[in-house]
Amino acid sequence: MTPPLLQVEHLSKAYGGVHAVRDVSFSLEAGELLAMIGPNGAGKSTCFNMLNGQIWPDSGSVRIAGRDTAGLTPREVWRLGVGRTFQITATFPSMTVRENVQLALLSHEGRLWRLFGYAAADMRGEAERLCALVGMDRALDRPCAELAYGDLKRLELAVALANAPKLLLMDEPTAGMAPADRVAMMRVAAEIAAEQRIGILFTEHDMDVVFEHASRIIVLDRGRIIAAGSPAAIRDDPAVKATYLGEGLTFSAAEATHA
Amino acid sequence: MDFYFSQFLTGLAGAASLFLVASGLSIIFGVTRIVNFAHGAFYMAGAYIAWSLTERLEGAVGFWGGLVIAAIAVAALGALVEIVLLRRIYHAPELFQLLATFGVTLVFQDLAVMIWGPEDLVGRRAPGLRGAVDVFGQAIPAYDLFLIVLGPTVLGLLWLLFHKTRFGVLVRAATQDRDMVAALGVNQKWLFTAVFALGVFLAALGGALQLPRGGVNHAMDLQIIVEVFVVVVVGGLGSVPGAFVAALLVSELNAFGILVLPQVSLVLVFLVMAVVLVIRPFGLFGRPEGPARASVSATVRPWQPLGTSGRVLAVAAIAAAACLPLVAGNYILAVGSELLIFALFAASLQFIMSTGGLVSFGHAAYFGLGAYGAALVTKAFGLPMLGGIASGVALASIGAVVFGWFCVRLTGVYLAMLTLAFAQIAWSVAFQWTAVTGGDNGILGVWPDGWASRPGAFYWLCLTAAALGIAALRVVVFSPFGFAMRALRDSPLRSEAIGIDRKRTQWTAFVIAGAAAGLAGALFAYLKGSVFPDTLGIPTSVDGLVMVLLGGVETVSGAVIGAILFRALTIFLMSYTDASKLVLGLLIIVLVVAFPRGVVGTLSGLLARLGARPSATPAMAGSGQARGGTP
Repeated sequence: MTPPLLQVEHLSKAYGGVHAVRDVSFSLEAGELLAMIGPNGAGKSTCFNMLNGQIWPDSGSVRIAGRDTAGLTPREVWRLGVGRTFQITATFPSMTVRENVQLALLSHEGRLWRLFGYAAADMRGEAERLCALVGMDRALDRPCAELAYGDLKRLELAVALANAPKLLLMDEPTAGMAPADRVAMMRVAAEIAAEQRIGILFTEHDMDVVFEHASRIIVLDRGRIIAAGSPAAIRDDPAVKATYLGEGLTFSAAEATHA
Repeated sequence: MDFYFSQFLTGLAGAASLFLVASGLSIIFGVTRIVNFAHGAFYMAGAYIAWSLTERLEGAVGFWGGLVIAAIAVAALGALVEIVLLRRIYHAPELFQLLATFGVTLVFQDLAVMIWGPEDLVGRRAPGLRGAVDVFGQAIPAYDLFLIVLGPTVLGLLWLLFHKTRFGVLVRAATQDRDMVAALGVNQKWLFTAVFALGVFLAALGGALQLPRGGVNHAMDLQIIVEVFVVVVVGGLGSVPGAFVAALLVSELNAFGILVLPQVSLVLVFLVMAVVLVIRPFGLFGRPEGPARASVSATVRPWQPLGTSGRVLAVAAIAAAACLPLVAGNYILAVGSELLIFALFAASLQFIMSTGGLVSFGHAAYFGLGAYGAALVTKAFGLPMLGGIASGVALASIGAVVFGWFCVRLTGVYLAMLTLAFAQIAWSVAFQWTAVTGGDNGILGVWPDGWASRPGAFYWLCLTAAALGIAALRVVVFSPFGFAMRALRDSPLRSEAIGIDRKRTQWTAFVIAGAAAGLAGALFAYLKGSVFPDTLGIPTSVDGLVMVLLGGVETVSGAVIGAILFRALTIFLMSYTDASKLVLGLLIIVLVVAFPRGVVGTLSGLLARLGARPSATPAMAGSGQARGGTP
């Protein structure tokens, strides 16, 4: 039996006396979209940062396709086939949209140690293809410093896809985007995931996005998983209602509009 | 044993002044985030003014009063500098702040010579503390004992100030989050001015207190600033207790280092600093810097290689330069060779700084190592010139491999200060290891081989080396490796997340830049026929930075133009004015404040604006506005 794409077991991290993440376990299969939701300070970002080696857990393990990632840096986790987008976008502002994607492609191909050769001509077609995939082909030559925030989010997705990832970690992929763009953005991600059998783990505060796209949801509160399951099950979970979603018709109404 | 104890007390006494100056620098950095290079100048000004006052004022009250009045006067001067200059550059990249405050240092140096003359001055002994006290059979100067008590006293007073007064609470709050303090309605401007004045007061007092110990001289500003940089880096920028502990450590190392390694005592201090930084990159008591600011500039436009017209222009310029020996005399050719050498040096610094985003304040190290490498093998083994040049490049590369390994572990101002410290190590080895380097007398008689001995031939050699070197650096900028360097400069976080190895990439960049600077240095040795420790000194490093700044930090190789303009200007200034440092210092300040984009940057900005078609800027996404810089 093949191991799951992502297997997290008993993950914990404390900062001083604050337990940011406590005994979190879950797994993710290829092609799945798993949403991690919860109020601010629930430990979502801490969890994310432990998954790609940004910070190391106090205890517990993260396995990617069966490989234990203990002690690996973000760079090494990336080499295992993990793409990542950030809550606050991180791109290269003095380079063009195309160059941003080219860099990730060149890194994936192991060509960044070449001292000669004209980099801007290298992997150009492939970079343009990825930009087109996320709808950025109209801005290939624009410097990133000039992009609107939503476009930066799109570009981040293109960059994250450049190493042909098996697993995509998206930290609030649609935060700061206009409502119409949010759903469109996640739709692109969902299509890519289905097509290329990529597993996606994402955090999100927009429940429209979460309930439309997630195949499963885990809910974090104060570092613990308080509920996990299908969107329908989570919506009706009393504990989740009490701590996060609250009472009301918002989501059934939202679903009605999308349906 | 007794001797060691008295040496220990000497070290403790030396720590007092060092602590005063370092704590001032640390407090200023904590609140304003400016590394005040002019701190050494304020220290020196404190000593000079105190000298004048104590010469005129009578008795014990006059002496001690003179010291305090001097410190207050310099603090007022510091407040003026803050209001007039620093307020304009708080939001500029740190390179600009370091350079502007260095400009202030240069101005002070020339003013000091004009006012107090070029000779060293000997200060009055402290009234009441002239004698010595017998401690374990060793005579310890009473003044040293006074200083030993003074250090902890000042530390205690500062602690009281920061923990028991409203001003102190504001300062501590601003150290943690100045934007929040401003949002709470505190007048940030005057808080900054007050903090700056306090820091300068401490520096000036430190200088004034040196009067009975060693007198006053013109080198004391740069001498103390390097030691203070070491202290604050070891102790942790922004931490006053850290400055205290590190000042003791450095001072004791100085006191005992002279016994262990008399030839190169300075090296010991720097070695300890390097070790501390590798173990604790933010110093013993320091905390990691807040979100890193862009070290060069956040508004760099995407770079393009030269187009057809640019290439034609470059080839035409080289062809025109190649014709110079046909028309010019020997003096002009020597000047031309020097301009070319510095163009290469500046291009190598721009490579590491503009492309790599690593602000090196000690690039002269590689230039000087190149020069010494060439000179040493020429004198020791009688190698022909090309062998000498190769050795120079090799020595500079080895230096870059060693120094770079440490430097890439740090970022921002810590990196700038560490590069400076390494350049000072190289300088102190050249200066103190007389047996090999000739010390201050340098190495003479390093002349080119016969085929290149005519000024015209040597000029052509320099032109070839500079053109090939600069072209090679440009090729690397636009290569995949150059892409990786730019990526690390723009966003270390994203670079790491797409698998770029930061340390190894930046380390390699260091070595490439070092080798190119070494080539320039080796040629310089043959041009001058001699090598002196100056080639490794802080002024040489700063000259390089000014060339890059003058050309435009945001450009690929504007430094080449900057180097030619700047070097020509300095040669002109040297021959026509006595106050060259004053003019240079003012030039730096004006450049930083008024022309932060440099000559080439400003010109290409103008051209871009003229050439921009209005139709080429439709709103891309409508909603958002352009975001500048890395988050």
